[in-house]
Amino acid sequence: MGTAAPAAAPLADAYHDESSFIRKYIFSTDHKTIGIQFLFASLAFLTLGGVLAIMLRWQLGFPGQELPGIGVVAPKFYNSLVTMHGTFMIFFAVMPLLVGVFGNYLIPLKIGAPDMAFPRLNMLSFWIFMLSGVVMTASLFVEGGAAGAGWTAYAPLSAVPQYTGVSLGQQLWIVSIVLFGASSLLGSVNYITTVINMRAPGMTLFRMPLSIWALFITAIIALLAIPVLAAAVIMLFFDQTLGTTFFLPADGGQPLLWQHLFWFFGHPEVYILILPAMGIVSDVIANGSRKPVFGYHSMVLAIIAIAFLGWITWGHHMFQSGMNPLLGTSFMISTMAIAVPSAIKVFNWLGTMWRGNLRFHTPMLWAIGFVSLFTVGGLSGIFMAANTVDIFIHDTYFIVAHIHYVLFGGSLMAIFAAIYFWFPSMFGRMMNETWGKIHFALTFVFYNLTFFPMHILGMAGHMRRIYDPTQYEFLQPYQPMNKFITLSAILLFAAQLPFIVNFFWSLFRGKKAGLNPWQDNGLEWTVPSPPPHGNFATTPTVYRGPYEYSSPGAEADYLPQNVPLSGGREPVGAGTGEG
Amino acid sequence: MDWLPGAASSYAADLDRMFYVILVITGLILVGVQVALVYFIIKYRGRAGRRASYIEGSTKAEVIWTVIPAVIVVGIAVASQTVWSKLKDPDRFPSAGLEVNVEARQFAWAITYPGTDGELGTEDDYVRYNEMYVPVNRPVVFNLTSVDVVHSFFVPAFRIKQDAVPGLNTRAWFEATEVGEYELACAELCGVAHGLMKGKIVVLPEDEYDSWAAEQS
Repeated sequence: MGTAAPAAAPLADAYHDESSFIRKYIFSTDHKTIGIQFLFASLAFLTLGGVLAIMLRWQLGFPGQELPGIGVVAPKFYNSLVTMHGTFMIFFAVMPLLVGVFGNYLIPLKIGAPDMAFPRLNMLSFWIFMLSGVVMTASLFVEGGAAGAGWTAYAPLSAVPQYTGVSLGQQLWIVSIVLFGASSLLGSVNYITTVINMRAPGMTLFRMPLSIWALFITAIIALLAIPVLAAAVIMLFFDQTLGTTFFLPADGGQPLLWQHLFWFFGHPEVYILILPAMGIVSDVIANGSRKPVFGYHSMVLAIIAIAFLGWITWGHHMFQSGMNPLLGTSFMISTMAIAVPSAIKVFNWLGTMWRGNLRFHTPMLWAIGFVSLFTVGGLSGIFMAANTVDIFIHDTYFIVAHIHYVLFGGSLMAIFAAIYFWFPSMFGRMMNETWGKIHFALTFVFYNLTFFPMHILGMAGHMRRIYDPTQYEFLQPYQPMNKFITLSAILLFAAQLPFIVNFFWSLFRGKKAGLNPWQDNGLEWTVPSPPPHGNFATTPTVYRGPYEYSSPGAEADYLPQNVPLSGGREPVGAGTGEG
Repeated sequence: MDWLPGAASSYAADLDRMFYVILVITGLILVGVQVALVYFIIKYRGRAGRRASYIEGSTKAEVIWTVIPAVIVVGIAVASQTVWSKLKDPDRFPSAGLEVNVEARQFAWAITYPGTDGELGTEDDYVRYNEMYVPVNRPVVFNLTSVDVVHSFFVPAFRIKQDAVPGLNTRAWFEATEVGEYELACAELCGVAHGLMKGKIVVLPEDEYDSWAAEQS
């Protein structure tokens, strides 16, 4: 398939999906089905990650007290809780929710393609991901317990079973990550090829929605970063099992090598975790503001700048590691630099809302919440980017606060925005708006009550990953704050119940979505919800950019990308939605 | 504002100043963004008969909000670097009033003192665990390493943190400015008793330190 427009022939065969149930829903090659499979799997892992967090928070808030139904959390189990919470959330919740779900679901639809470039590879990617998830979950139950060296798995701790008391669990962690890496690479190859090769006629790169730009750039980052992770964990596996000493000081090994390799992946990884979220937020804010995204080209450049700079900042995780202090200078400079494109994006979102005609539907609330909380997370990053200040706050709760403001206040809020926004497309039904708003309000409040105080704990010097803060005199005055955080976290977890109920209830009983319920400009809303196999009856032709809201050229306050304008101002073939 | 712990070292004030400068700058930006959000939510809420303004962007705005953040972060970087090199560049360490070795292990800190000959690596060196005795107002330079996994030497009151890496010898320093006892914690996950790997720095007046040292031999 070349880059020129395919003929606008009806994809008649696409509608006749007479496959068996297994072909259609289990081993599907349809990107939409695969996206939805990722959705169910990832939401389950998100719940598991949350449960692990509550358990570790229980020990922190009430040290030594029995967790109902489980007993007292022992120190070794605590380390596993901390490790597996981070692991499940990063690899099995946030990344697949953004990249696996919305990458898969949105890319072909929003660029006017019938499916991904490699549908069978896509299916393989999902099932390898599932296998990886099964292995990681299984590792919770093996003898010796689950991995306990942190999601960052620093060597030598992670390399030698005697150091952690964990053997098989740590090895299975690696096996799972390698499988995950394979899944991710297959996905990247697919997304990149699809975006480059399969855009509908008229869909130039600079007419793509920012969600697609972000997912495209993210796929490139993953393609280059994941192999480094895979190589590092395989070397670690060899240290664990074959007697090599890549990361052990004996025979010329270097513990710091692990950190360099891990963070060379790990820093681009955090941009994988945020860029698709930012792209989604742009789409939703434009829709909710009924206005073009302010500075579309700058937003694209900012995504590319973040992706590019993200490769040269990894050492800021290692300022205090014992590496040459000169690197503490160079990495600070690059880290400070990357703050600038992030700031640009925040200002452009504000510019989008400015003089808009704002609709506060549930997705818009989450998107606004993202802007608010990501700003906190981004600004707290400045403290740790300053190498001097990092001396004090490194490995304290200030870092934990930062991480969670960008990953939860940022990424997860964008994920919720995306779920509420594209649920109608996926399932043909709306989620309940009232309960959506309740979910947002409760989450926003309890989220801040849980995580904002962590900045204060960090300023007090409260270390990360410690089992019992009351062991330290300087931390004892902060134990009431730890209790408060734990209780808020439990309420935050409970606040997700309306979402779970709403989600499942709406699958079967939600209000029928109709055509284009959000009066959006995206191509996914120009076909029925859910779209048929093959997406478009005829390949759409794209006439304009993705954010022509309140355009002078149209009477309605939206103008989908594929709608040709007649001589007058009335778009031919509009008459969609209740607008 | 006393959210940062009581400071008891010669360079704590420099570090704290960086912290507070960043706090003020980021605090102002944060308030600005949140206020703008709330203001826009109220002022531009959708009403029937209104239409949003079709504005695609502004090059001038992009330049302003690129250049100003860039200038701010460069300023912060330059200021931070000045303090950083003083604290971390071994060529710039003050000459030691006392030099010790600190060896971290699962799960204790082994501190080797030079003994009466004042030199490390000689027969009169002695080792103490988890308690580091130092004289006040004299720079203490130490050689930090680990025998097993990565640990991190963290004394909040001194604003010092340095990872202890097996196979590496990392030099670090502090100068305690107030007599007293200060907690030492491990700040890098190092195994099941990571959270219990605490110690203390006992800062004594010079003469008391000398008596203590004499008693040890």
